[in-house]
Amino acid sequence: MATVELINVSKSYGNVEVLRDINLSLQKGEFVVFVGPSGCGKSTLLRMIAGLEDISGGDLLIDGKPMNDEMPAKRGIAMVFQSYALYPHMTVFENMSFGLEQAKLDKDEIKARVEKAAEMLQIEGLLDRKPKQLSGGQRQRVAIGRAITRDPRVFLFDEPLSNLDAALRVDTRLEIAGLSQRLPDTTMIYVTHDQVEAMTLADRIVVLNGGVVEQVGTPMELYERPASQFVAGFIGSPRMNFLNGAVAQAHGAECYGIRPEHIALDHENGDWRGRVILTERLGSDTFVHVNVEGIGTVNVRIEGRAEVQAGEAVHLTPDPASIHLFDARGQPVSG
Amino acid sequence: MAKTEQRSRLSRSRTRSAWLFLAPMLVMLLIVAAWPLGRTIWFSFTDASLDLMSEARWVGFRNYLEYVDFGDGEGQYYGLLADPRWWRSVWNTILFAAVSVSFETVFGLIIALVLNQQFRGRAFVRAAVLIPWAIPTIVSAKMWAWMLHDQFGIINDMFMALGMISEPIAWTASPETAMVAVMMVDIWKTTPFMALLILAGLQMVPGDIYEAAKLDGVPAWRVFRRLTLPLIMPAVLVAVVFRALDALRVFDIVYVLTPNTDATRTMSVYARENLFDFDQFAYGSAASTLLFVVIALITITFIMATRMDLEGKRS
Amino acid sequence: MKPALWQTAGFYALVAIIVLQAIFPFYYAILTSLEDGQALFEVNYLPKALNFANYQAMLSGGVFGKQILNSVFVASVVVILSLFLAITAAFALSRIHFRGRGLLLLTVLSVSMFPQIAVLSGLFEVIRYFGLFNSLWSLVFSYMIFTLPFTVWVLTTFMRNLPVEIEEAAIMDGASSFTIIRRVFLPLMWPAMVTTGLLAFIHAWNEFLFALTFLSTDSQRTVPVAIALISGRSEFEIPWGNIMAASVIVTLPLVALVLVFQRKIVSGLTAGAVKG
Repeated sequence: MATVELINVSKSYGNVEVLRDINLSLQKGEFVVFVGPSGCGKSTLLRMIAGLEDISGGDLLIDGKPMNDEMPAKRGIAMVFQSYALYPHMTVFENMSFGLEQAKLDKDEIKARVEKAAEMLQIEGLLDRKPKQLSGGQRQRVAIGRAITRDPRVFLFDEPLSNLDAALRVDTRLEIAGLSQRLPDTTMIYVTHDQVEAMTLADRIVVLNGGVVEQVGTPMELYERPASQFVAGFIGSPRMNFLNGAVAQAHGAECYGIRPEHIALDHENGDWRGRVILTERLGSDTFVHVNVEGIGTVNVRIEGRAEVQAGEAVHLTPDPASIHLFDARGQPVSG
Repeated sequence: MAKTEQRSRLSRSRTRSAWLFLAPMLVMLLIVAAWPLGRTIWFSFTDASLDLMSEARWVGFRNYLEYVDFGDGEGQYYGLLADPRWWRSVWNTILFAAVSVSFETVFGLIIALVLNQQFRGRAFVRAAVLIPWAIPTIVSAKMWAWMLHDQFGIINDMFMALGMISEPIAWTASPETAMVAVMMVDIWKTTPFMALLILAGLQMVPGDIYEAAKLDGVPAWRVFRRLTLPLIMPAVLVAVVFRALDALRVFDIVYVLTPNTDATRTMSVYARENLFDFDQFAYGSAASTLLFVVIALITITFIMATRMDLEGKRS
Repeated sequence: MKPALWQTAGFYALVAIIVLQAIFPFYYAILTSLEDGQALFEVNYLPKALNFANYQAMLSGGVFGKQILNSVFVASVVVILSLFLAITAAFALSRIHFRGRGLLLLTVLSVSMFPQIAVLSGLFEVIRYFGLFNSLWSLVFSYMIFTLPFTVWVLTTFMRNLPVEIEEAAIMDGASSFTIIRRVFLPLMWPAMVTTGLLAFIHAWNEFLFALTFLSTDSQRTVPVAIALISGRSEFEIPWGNIMAASVIVTLPLVALVLVFQRKIVSGLTAGAVKG
């Protein structure tokens, strides 16, 4: 059964429509990531599910019950905010118990729940501290802990990693993935603009652009069968090469897309001939930017080291099975 | 056409609690401000007296201006607008506000510039500067009344020692100097307020523009005139308007320092005299109303001119 | 580039003048208050006597002590009441979007521009109607006209700058608006509350026109009116020593407050105006 269902949901501020015709059905225990460029409406959608924004049109159901008009705290959801939003004057324990206190749980129950969550997140030793005595990563855990104590059916994350530094971000990402495994019945909705976070965490990804859903699918579906040029360009790193002109027209399309990892590079033979402009060496991979005659600049990804120098002449061969073709409106062309 | 927004229970309950939270304050302001103001204006069009307020009858503009025809072709104007004492108090008020605020601005600017420098004991100086502001107006007036005393006052003693005057001056009693005395006390007392507001403006000027000017070798006076002054002008302007509005309603200093003299009687003093001392309640209300209109006009002009950011959208 | 010696000297001379003019009148009031009898009528620049007769005269008379208590009572109740009314109002004005919010804030602010004299006759009627004439409550009540708009304005500005997400977290935690104010915002608002409370206290302590008009008997008066009305048997027998002693007594607590809370007062005074 679906825990969260959105039917024709829309949002407008006055005459400006920021979200329209959103239809989604999230399964119990699923980890769903809303991803998209900034301004696409993903955070607004999350806040509508949370109840912090009014729903202008359509219906929101949680566990089959209409929730459009329900108070946030009564929806069985918990939220982790981008800035953590810990209460600065309360201790960690008070931060985690505040919601339970509002729900009028008895003292022993509150204590038990807080301690259980603290144990799960390994913050038992911090319960008497104030937020300002904690590191960024610890604050993040407390924010998650505050959400866990409420024992929600749906867990909402609003860009929770964006305030952490790069190293900590990877650790916390792993922890969130682990958390969702330990809470198999809890549906997680996670908002991010970072497609790597989306790909690594999600069971299913919802790609939003300009207030509409571009595509919903598992990370691999999105990677292999993008439903639009936008999704094709947004998912995958480095970005897919988009080539216009003769190459595309030869396939009866406006745009010809090929991922850097689906192009073979050879010194002697290949479909395309070109000259290396630049190589970027990451150790595990090398990105070779090649100026192909009559086509343009193409980025090629090669595993490990690639012995090519700028200025060198090379040959490229795209993998015919991995070509994506799009028409003028960015819709896929079956070719 | 815009869709009528479907509003959730949360936003409805928040709007409801907004009005609930505002209600006590609004009721309070209604009782102590809006209603009394309305009644004052109403009284100004009646023949109300202190003891017979409830029996006040509408008399139109009689308290403001009325032409009484004596029947033989002769006649005379009566009412507030024909009262030379009223016009004298209007003039006194304007003179007081203009002179005091001008001096306060200049002195305030000087003190603010000094306090904006880094020097040892700055915290002490700033605290000392605040003292006149903290002293109750009545106390300041009394303190100065004593210092300005014609026989035993220290001011006369000082000025004579310095050779600035040859014989003691009756500062508060003589009509020529009474207004000067009132202004002196007001300037002394409110310059700190001005200085603080200007200092706040000064502290918002980014330091690097001074560095840039220094590197370019711009002389200090030019830096002040071409950089500092234009940048702090908005803050100075706000401070001047605040002070001017305050100065136009001056009452305490005049009432205590120089009671009952035409030389210093201001609009507020004139109005109160009529209300409670001369038993001309309606007439005094008319004077109060006029003062309100003057101040309201200035305030509205100011708000319109600066397009004050009330919603906090800027910042 | 080091400033020349004469520049430094000039600067410190200016500083000296500023400090001297600011504190001299108060210093002179203290000096006078410690003199008695004939000493009063000789101009002294430095303290010569240490005579507490004036203080004794003021405080043993009985009524002045009562008047100080009146002032303390009025100013304290004014602070508590205006903070209480203002904090909920400020929450609504800073945190909740509703139609007419800007206009409302403008109206509240404009009340603080009201000349007191403009409401005097209307307020006199209201106070008589409620039977509060010659009662200290008449002042508590009427002082709201200037403390309330100011307090609301400063607290609204302050609350606006508290992070939205903290409030949203509390909403998600199921806290009602009142709980959010009491449990989440109030503890974060102490600095602003202290500042506005202090300023409201000072304003109420110093107020003269309403206190002069709404109170009629000596034992009900607040200190500014009391001091203004101290008089001798004739114009030539004004007890300056007593007046100065009383002045020093009512001013010392304020000067102490100002020195201790200097920074808070400065930030409060400028919050309302400059950021507007």
